[in-house]
Amino acid sequence: METAHKRPNYILIWAYLAVLTAAELALAFELPISRNLKLILLLFLAVWKAALVGMFFMHLKFERWNLRILAIIPLPLAAIFVLAAMSEHVW
Amino acid sequence: MRPPYPAERGLDVYNTKLGMWVFLASEVMFFTALIGSYVILRFGAPGEWAKPGAVLNIPVTAVNTFLLICSSVSMVKAYASIADGDQQKLRFWLGLTILIGATFVSIQVYEYIHLVEKGFLPSGYREGSHLAELAVADPVKYGATVAGLYGSAFYTMTGFHGFHVTCGVISMAYLYFTKVLPGKYSKQDYRGIEVVGLYWHFVDLVWIILFTIVYLI
Repeated sequence: METAHKRPNYILIWAYLAVLTAAELALAFELPISRNLKLILLLFLAVWKAALVGMFFMHLKFERWNLRILAIIPLPLAAIFVLAAMSEHVW
Repeated sequence: MRPPYPAERGLDVYNTKLGMWVFLASEVMFFTALIGSYVILRFGAPGEWAKPGAVLNIPVTAVNTFLLICSSVSMVKAYASIADGDQQKLRFWLGLTILIGATFVSIQVYEYIHLVEKGFLPSGYREGSHLAELAVADPVKYGATVAGLYGSAFYTMTGFHGFHVTCGVISMAYLYFTKVLPGKYSKQDYRGIEVVGLYWHFVDLVWIILFTIVYLI
């Protein structure tokens, strides 16, 4: 049971996550920008952090393509679910 | 010790790892249901929710978020250690992960106790509490008209996540005492560490999203 891929620098990923978390806090409480822009930027940072965890700590970046697809399939389904539920207001 | 496990045909991964990924896919849908409900409740609510930081203790939760990120690193270091066949480092890093995970849960329990004492309940602000008085004085900042929705959404989402973290800590502690300490994992077979690691990182990933949408937005 050997890991076939080259290992990422986990400490560097940790530092990225720490910096992004600090950036989120600064953005949420310090920056005087519009609420909608803040919302978009905060969600972008959260997705960025989640992607780092998925790709490097869960090793999705180094997995076979078919396992990656298995991991990614729920995400568009989740997006469809939320958008469909939100569109209730439109109906 | 079982012999090295053959990968299954097709996806080329062993069964327990494939099973964990399928389970995590179902977990994505579970948390999506919670987050989706939250979005609909929040943006369809008749009034504004409490401003970020008005009710919840952001600094404490930020520390907790940082702790969970640290635990993901220690978990992946445990995985890398046993992949190199280093039992001592596996014990250290997995032990540290369990400790940080238990600390996260403890801080969350502290947060809940503190919030309930302040008067923030799943049903809203308790009558006569300090928070209820603040909400009367500044109904916009404290989202007085939709406090019940806010309370129920907050406790449901963070509560379910906390339950998942607790399950992760128990699972890792079980592996630690039954497999890791007796030295049952090796460079040839460390499936349990990899599979429980996937679960732990997923729990961290979910918290990253929850922290942003529940505490910061």
